[in-house]
Amino acid sequence: MSTAAQTRRANAIAGSLTLNLMRLRTFIALFAVILYFSFAAPNFLSTENLVLMSKHVALNAFLAIGMTFVIITGGIDLSVGSIVGFSGMVAGGLILHGIDLRFGYTVFFNIPEIVLITLALGVFIGLINGLLITRLNVAPFIATLGTLYVARGAALLLSDGATFPNLEGNPAFGTTGYAFLGAGNILNLPVSIWILIIVALGAAYLARSTPLGRHIFAVGGNERAAALSGIRVNRVKLFVYMFSGFCAAIVGLIISSELMASHPATGTTFELNAIAAAVLGGTSMSGGRGTIGGTIIGAFVIGILSDGLVMMGVSEFWQMVIKGVVIIAAVVVDQAQRKLQQRVALQQMAQLG
Amino acid sequence: MKGNSPSSGDVILRLEGVSKVYSGTVAVKHADFEVRRGAVNVLVGENGAGKSTLVKMIAGVERPTAGRILLDGAPVHFRSTGDAIAHGIGMVFQELNLFGNLSVAENIFANREIVRHGRIDHAEQERQAGELMQRLQAAVDPRVKVEDLMIGQQQLVEIAKAVARNARILIMDEPTSALSAPEVEILFRVIADLKSKGVGIVYISHRLEELVRIGDFITVLRDGQVTGASAMSDVDVHWIVRQMIGSDAKDFSTPGDQAFGDEAFRAEDICLPRITGGYAVDHVSLSVRAGEIVGVYGLMGAGRSEFLECVMGRQPMASGRIFMQGRQVREKDVGGRIARGLALIPEDRQRDGLVSILSVAENLTMASLGKLTRYFHIQARAEAEAVRKEVKELSIKVAEPKLPVSSLSGGNQQKVVIGKALLTSPKVLLMDEPSRGIDIGAKADVFRTMRTLAAQGLGIVFVTSDLDEVLALSDRVAVMSNGRLTAMFDRAEATEAKIVAASSVGHGPGAQAQRKEWLQ
Repeated sequence: MSTAAQTRRANAIAGSLTLNLMRLRTFIALFAVILYFSFAAPNFLSTENLVLMSKHVALNAFLAIGMTFVIITGGIDLSVGSIVGFSGMVAGGLILHGIDLRFGYTVFFNIPEIVLITLALGVFIGLINGLLITRLNVAPFIATLGTLYVARGAALLLSDGATFPNLEGNPAFGTTGYAFLGAGNILNLPVSIWILIIVALGAAYLARSTPLGRHIFAVGGNERAAALSGIRVNRVKLFVYMFSGFCAAIVGLIISSELMASHPATGTTFELNAIAAAVLGGTSMSGGRGTIGGTIIGAFVIGILSDGLVMMGVSEFWQMVIKGVVIIAAVVVDQAQRKLQQRVALQQMAQLG
Repeated sequence: MKGNSPSSGDVILRLEGVSKVYSGTVAVKHADFEVRRGAVNVLVGENGAGKSTLVKMIAGVERPTAGRILLDGAPVHFRSTGDAIAHGIGMVFQELNLFGNLSVAENIFANREIVRHGRIDHAEQERQAGELMQRLQAAVDPRVKVEDLMIGQQQLVEIAKAVARNARILIMDEPTSALSAPEVEILFRVIADLKSKGVGIVYISHRLEELVRIGDFITVLRDGQVTGASAMSDVDVHWIVRQMIGSDAKDFSTPGDQAFGDEAFRAEDICLPRITGGYAVDHVSLSVRAGEIVGVYGLMGAGRSEFLECVMGRQPMASGRIFMQGRQVREKDVGGRIARGLALIPEDRQRDGLVSILSVAENLTMASLGKLTRYFHIQARAEAEAVRKEVKELSIKVAEPKLPVSSLSGGNQQKVVIGKALLTSPKVLLMDEPSRGIDIGAKADVFRTMRTLAAQGLGIVFVTSDLDEVLALSDRVAVMSNGRLTAMFDRAEATEAKIVAASSVGHGPGAQAQRKEWLQ
């Protein structure tokens, strides 16, 4: 009997080892990508390049964090790319033109106020998404597809399709200093990275240690059971779409600040990159499963992959093919992990007797 | 030991020394099992005893690790369910395998559609499905979508599906778990009909009286091993229970004679209009005192579950008033009512009770996170402590509370649902079919827990369609029929006959006319 028990234990150990490897797969993928490019692409590991890449990745990571919560509740938010464009245009418009009150007066806000207004607008679009989904029972895909078009159209309407250039602002109106968001440094790290760190830590804390976070997972796992447990399902859903809109508005601000210009087409198809990062990080499209840490690693894998390939001079068309293959591979491994995980759980039950 | 080797009857299918090993776990050990022609071959055992695994091997869902399957004396290997079906083996699974978005006819003919000129002949399918459903005495329109049917009717559709395939062997895994008494009668008539046509039936159920009634041969499993096999005529319920759990089971926990406290809960004039007209819950008033268990008996569709849902705030169309300790509950939403001390243990734990991909711990504390939270931070230690306490008190069998709740057996899952409700510190517990689909051992645990809770001063309202259960557990018995509360008996005056009579008020001949009178 003891040999049987031993082989069983050996099996269990081998099983949990493979399982741990699979759990860390996104991390391993990230490591592999970095390792590969540090040989293949010159200057890849230079500090300037790493900082630059991080700034690129951060943009997608913000969107992906918001998207992760939405997907965990079983929804999807297609409108984030348009919110990026819209909020950039709002910020640019407020800096350059203020709000015209029609009596020959124009109100100008200072930069912190503009940032707050823009963020509030992002949250507001999220609120509209949420209300459509919870009150009017529109499917998340359709509701956010609608706001995708509306927000993009609104962004174009703000300037008749033109770019708001030169967002330096006017000292007389107190609208200078917008560049800080996109180009500023604190302790040698770009401001946008600091903001990402704060948002990511906040989101991870929310997911792990607050009732709201737990409710997000419960709603995605089984909405009926969540409702019967007294969870206010509609409020939870409103929150995730508002938070996603908030994240998108941050990205709109950062991009327009980096370029010191707002273009209404900014952010087109960003929502797809955000979904890809979330899925790569282990978020399940059927809801109930996902982590913020995984999503951020997923965003880094996608970002570093595309930047590295650019540095190696791989054609843009091949980049798209490679990105698609990586996403599919990630989901395939994810499924394999679920199976293995179930088996290990069964084994633990068996040992319990 | 009596009747250990049944020999009569001719055997269609024989399992010889069959074992099934899942990575590390032995589900079935060297089991012998015979399916006889024109007989009901009963398979019993507690949850996890290996019954489902055994029949899954017959149905081609699983392949045996060792041993042989002989069909008509020749060894066979089923590579898939399709393979088994081709050999005339049909199975009605415990979890219904139906397409809710398709019609009854489309479900019955799924994967073997009647095709004419390259197109599905819907009219013919519907005609044949209609005939089948009529044979099962189910008044179901074959064009109706399955998801719009009651769960009992869905079960009949599942049976119709297997019957339609002219199976020689029909496996039924817990077919009556969702059926009301009249529906069970219909099913038994169908089984008798199939038997007379020479079909060998494999029947799994937890309801022992049922097995004794319709079984011809019985095989008992415990921990994957066959502990007894006999002709049914040679054995009784006590023998079965002894083989199942190794000793005589303590039946129901007997009620203590403690005095009841003040009124804990009162519902007045609860009404729920039906979309099709009339009432699903028709002016029901009910009260329960602290420490009292009120059993609500009724047939399927009597409005019992709907009544509990109204009380819990799940039905926005409901009207009426409810009171806790004499104070009216004005909160409309589930959360508010939980805060006032109500808790519901739903009938369908997979659908309404559990978030199956979350862990045992997360499921347990889901409804009571507010109490474990300071400001907005869940206190991990307090949560772990609460989980540990419930796991111990309800004796939930789990290696590690972090495991997903889906890895537990049915009985333990039910305990998790109960634990979740208890962690909200309820004053009144509403339980909808608390023993549905769980094994004897877990049932006894659940009943004992109900008694203990009542002794601690909780008021309990539980709904059941099991007469023995309602008689043994209740301090008072309420009977519902057609949405109305038709009778209320004290424990002393409740008898089987009275309860059955009250549960059929408004049914049968003249019921339609009676209904019309009420509506006017």
